[in-house]
Amino acid sequence: MHFMLLFSRQGKLRLQKWFIAVGEREKKKIIREMTQSVLARQPKTCNFMDWKDLKIVYKRYASLYICCGMEDQDNELLTIEIMHRYVELLDAYFGNVCELDIIFNFEKAYFILDEFLMGGEVQETSKLSVSKCIEESDLMQEVSPGMKDTLLKVISFWQ
Amino acid sequence: MALKMVKGSIDRMFDKNLQDLVRGIRNHKEDEAKFISACIDEIKHELKQDNIAVKANAVCKLTYLQMLGYDVSWAAFNIIEVMSSSKFTFKRIGYLAASQCFHEGTDVIMLTTNQIRKDLSSPNQYDTGVALTGLSCFVTPDLARDLANDIMTLMSHTKPYIRKKAVLIMYKVFLKYPESLRPAFPRLKEKLEDPDPGVQSAAVNVICELARRNPKNYLSLAPLFFKLMTSSTNNWVLIKIIKLFGALTPLEPRLGKKLIEPLTNLIHSTSAMSLLYECVNTVIAVLISLSSGMPNHSASIQLCVQKLRILIEDSDQNLKYLGLLAMSKILKTHPKSVQSHKDLILQCLDDKDESIRLRALDLLYGMVSKKNLMEIVKKLMIHVDKAEGTTYRDELLTKIIDICSQSNYQYITNFEWYISILVELTRLEGTRHGHLIASQMLDVAIRVKAIRSFAVSQMAMLLDNAHLLTGNTQRNGICEVLYAAAWICGEFSEHLEEPMQTLEAMLRPKVTTLPGHIQAVYVQNAVKLFATVLARQEGAGDRQAAQETTELLIEKLPQFVQSSDLEASCILQLIKYIQKLQAKEVSVSEEVSALFAGELNPVAPKAQKKVPIPDGLDLDSWINKPLREIESEDEKPRAVFQVEEPQHSRPRVPEIDEKELAKRREVRKQEQASNPFYIKSSPSPQKETANVDHIPVVQIDLTVPLKVPGMPMSEQYVKLEEDRRQKQKQDKKKDKKKKKEKEKKRGKGRRLDSAHTESEEDIAPAQSVDIMTEEMPENALPSDEDDKDPNDPYRALDIDLDKPMVDSDKLPVQTHRPTEGLKSPDPVAGVEEQDEKKSSKKIKKDKERKDKERKKSKEEKKKKKHRKSTPGEEEEGQVEKPAPAAAESKITALPTAPPTEDFDLDFWLSSAPVPSQSQPELVDPAPSSEPEEPKDEEEREESKSSKHKKQQHRKEKEEKSKKKKKKKHQDEGKAKSVQNGTLEEEEEPLPPMTNYSLLAENSDIKMVSTGQQGARMV
Repeated sequence: MHFMLLFSRQGKLRLQKWFIAVGEREKKKIIREMTQSVLARQPKTCNFMDWKDLKIVYKRYASLYICCGMEDQDNELLTIEIMHRYVELLDAYFGNVCELDIIFNFEKAYFILDEFLMGGEVQETSKLSVSKCIEESDLMQEVSPGMKDTLLKVISFWQ
Repeated sequence: MALKMVKGSIDRMFDKNLQDLVRGIRNHKEDEAKFISACIDEIKHELKQDNIAVKANAVCKLTYLQMLGYDVSWAAFNIIEVMSSSKFTFKRIGYLAASQCFHEGTDVIMLTTNQIRKDLSSPNQYDTGVALTGLSCFVTPDLARDLANDIMTLMSHTKPYIRKKAVLIMYKVFLKYPESLRPAFPRLKEKLEDPDPGVQSAAVNVICELARRNPKNYLSLAPLFFKLMTSSTNNWVLIKIIKLFGALTPLEPRLGKKLIEPLTNLIHSTSAMSLLYECVNTVIAVLISLSSGMPNHSASIQLCVQKLRILIEDSDQNLKYLGLLAMSKILKTHPKSVQSHKDLILQCLDDKDESIRLRALDLLYGMVSKKNLMEIVKKLMIHVDKAEGTTYRDELLTKIIDICSQSNYQYITNFEWYISILVELTRLEGTRHGHLIASQMLDVAIRVKAIRSFAVSQMAMLLDNAHLLTGNTQRNGICEVLYAAAWICGEFSEHLEEPMQTLEAMLRPKVTTLPGHIQAVYVQNAVKLFATVLARQEGAGDRQAAQETTELLIEKLPQFVQSSDLEASCILQLIKYIQKLQAKEVSVSEEVSALFAGELNPVAPKAQKKVPIPDGLDLDSWINKPLREIESEDEKPRAVFQVEEPQHSRPRVPEIDEKELAKRREVRKQEQASNPFYIKSSPSPQKETANVDHIPVVQIDLTVPLKVPGMPMSEQYVKLEEDRRQKQKQDKKKDKKKKKEKEKKRGKGRRLDSAHTESEEDIAPAQSVDIMTEEMPENALPSDEDDKDPNDPYRALDIDLDKPMVDSDKLPVQTHRPTEGLKSPDPVAGVEEQDEKKSSKKIKKDKERKDKERKKSKEEKKKKKHRKSTPGEEEEGQVEKPAPAAAESKITALPTAPPTEDFDLDFWLSSAPVPSQSQPELVDPAPSSEPEEPKDEEEREESKSSKHKKQQHRKEKEEKSKKKKKKKHQDEGKAKSVQNGTLEEEEEPLPPMTNYSLLAENSDIKMVSTGQQGARMV
């Protein structure tokens, strides 16, 4: 897999992950073309497109589109599974995920993706394991004296 | 005052965390840019503070802005600062920012090496994990080289979480630093049998990716993967393994034979569509590799085609699309089995999804036969009329032409029909493919001699109605066909019934609005026509008419003089000279005709390149000293369909005499030499008039109203053709009734639908078609140039992995850094690592011992074999040759190395029931390796038998389970949609797990992996 993009129906990018080295300008170009061509697709058409030497697989989840660029030999259905699994993971983490969750907690969305995929390959096929890893690292984040604690201290000092 | 300042800064810290930024952006939709630039200023301020929490917050915001498309590369150093924080909270944000913002061009990236190394060896697995994840995104060749050894050590980490990530990141490291592949590969291979399924799947993923690029180096792993395939129950992993086999089989047909059975079993048993699709794809690859002389695999083909048919018939557009896609792969090797599903594919042409229609079009290419070509094209023509978008219509047009012209017009029985199809296609508005139609017209007219007369009449009609085609010359590509029309009419003008009329049509004033290169062809061919007209008129003794014709030409030609092409003015002079001669009552027609004597033959596309340059010819040196001003003369090579740069008119030639004419002929020849459609005039001025007599043109003229422009005529041919075939059949039946019966008997055995296709070979073309082959220079072969991309990043990974390690195959280790944090006491790569393993697990120890034993025994055997020196194994010759230190750079493809693996493979493959190819000396296994092999065999047997049982079970309950599944599915869907009821505001709920899904969701399939995973979870 070369990249994964999440964008809204209005064409606003919500998340981008690149698994191969691409220059900034090229990235922007690809993103623009992807959003345009995916959004232009009629409903009830198949979820695959040929684009240059890549195959584009996209899927719509409510107002959000997920779009992956993969190589010619990759399995299209597997890519759909991957996207779906990611949405399931988000769903499990946020509890009924919605676009706003991803917007406001975009770093969490990235963390989940990082636990699930790595270098464009599936890293963990078990939903449970991924969720567990995320939970544990989140826990660490909470326990460690984060910014909140620092601020609380400052506040108490101030008062 | 001071307090106020402090308060202010704290307020700011409260004000703008990520949520506030996002909210702010959403609230400032009108002046977003302004708001964001204010935010960036703020962030810059925050980054200057010492508080790491503030910095991390700023970096987090920057990451968000980066995603929105803003440049944040200026903050790279701050990101590194945050990365190096000791607190996981900040480190996580830092690495995330780095993975999003860093790339190979980021100059500060080299500062991260030590930080990453420290994190990799952190006692906290999540520190390591976050560093690995980040690194996978921004690894550079330098980082890969410096950290390869650390990552390799992590591959044997005690925690599977780290092992898994380390294995996956190795692929990125290999890509950036190919030298690491050989030293790291043994350990990577070990991971294929890791107790943790996640690590195992990661290793499968990496090796699958590697093997896809350079399959031949991974053939030796086939037995191991086969074992994994038959034992694994995780569909995600299975798909990868099966894909890997798909890459390997083209190299080793024996492997394919071994695969067929388990794969067909999987196809039968699996309910996951993605796995099914992958299996079908690999079976197709196997069948392609076996395609030469293996008739008894028709069952597997049948199975594939059958399954694909189910996919295509599915209401899910995705499955339909993929079914068609896979079908087209079968088509190449087994067209017959696909052709029986013609109905289905034609049906897909009516699908409302354009992608599906395009895939169906691809398939049509292989569906046509002599019998159904007209029918299919007729259907396509209807689609052309209906098609709304120009892109799809253009695609249809090219497909029609592709289908008709494939393998040298093999399926066209009636070229008159084809010409009329082409003429019909010219009525398409706004197509880009005018030149394609034009080149087809030219090609057919030149190569099918019998059709010329008909073609000329059609082209004359086109020229007559040129105004229909040239509504808007600027963007209308279709006017290119006039190029072909003019050329055909000129070149084959002897077939024209009324050349005078055509000549007049070609000299209309409107012609000057056409593009330059078409005008040029007009002028050139007007003269050819002129020659014909003259010859006819003089032949009839009508000198008056001949002079009138000349006058017409003189009158009309000057309009072209203004054009960018030189042809016109030269020819004008020529005509003037002819007029003079005519005034003297000299018969000129022969002379003029002689200008265009000679047959023009088609030339192979690459012929020009293959013409050897004669000795002593230096094309770069001047023949004469250049004059003061070099005029670019008309010898300049001219591409067929290219608009030429305007050239200044050539100075008038004062006089034309016989010499000049000869010279001009020479110039013409040279110009034609650069034109792929012209080249080479062999001295055979007689055109085949004999051939023309055979053509039933007259007969057809009666039934087809040729002179009605704008009316589609190709349909009539379909009926005509049917009648003709009917007649032919009847004739034949009379003659060969007995013979046919015999054939039928034989045919029945071969295929059931023989009666259906039986007439296929009997259809004789309507015209005596003599398709000329393309000319090539002597001894030249139409081979393709090797066009491999030298910059392919995967080329560097083409490394023979079976070679023994040499000293240079060590990963660089930085010694000046204390390695106290490293998990393994011995960071040096290679054999020593195995010692460290021993301490880790008893089982492994045992295994290793076994391995060693096996190796030993094999080496012994090798030696034995070496003595025998069997001819079948060339590798054996170079066995223990110590690989030279320079071998690394050589990276050869041949398995020069210890044949242990090769041998393994051969043995493994030959143990398959394929007596024809197995090598006898390999059949008896080495005694000490026996305990290994039979066990495998048993395992396989077991799995097979269990599968058989399963299958039976399934057959019994097939219907039931199907229903159940459906039900379950619906239930699942319902449950999901209930669960996700509030998902995404008021929009539609999250769709249920895709209906091809069931990856690891199927209880049947999962069993083992859940058990293992469950165990892991505890």
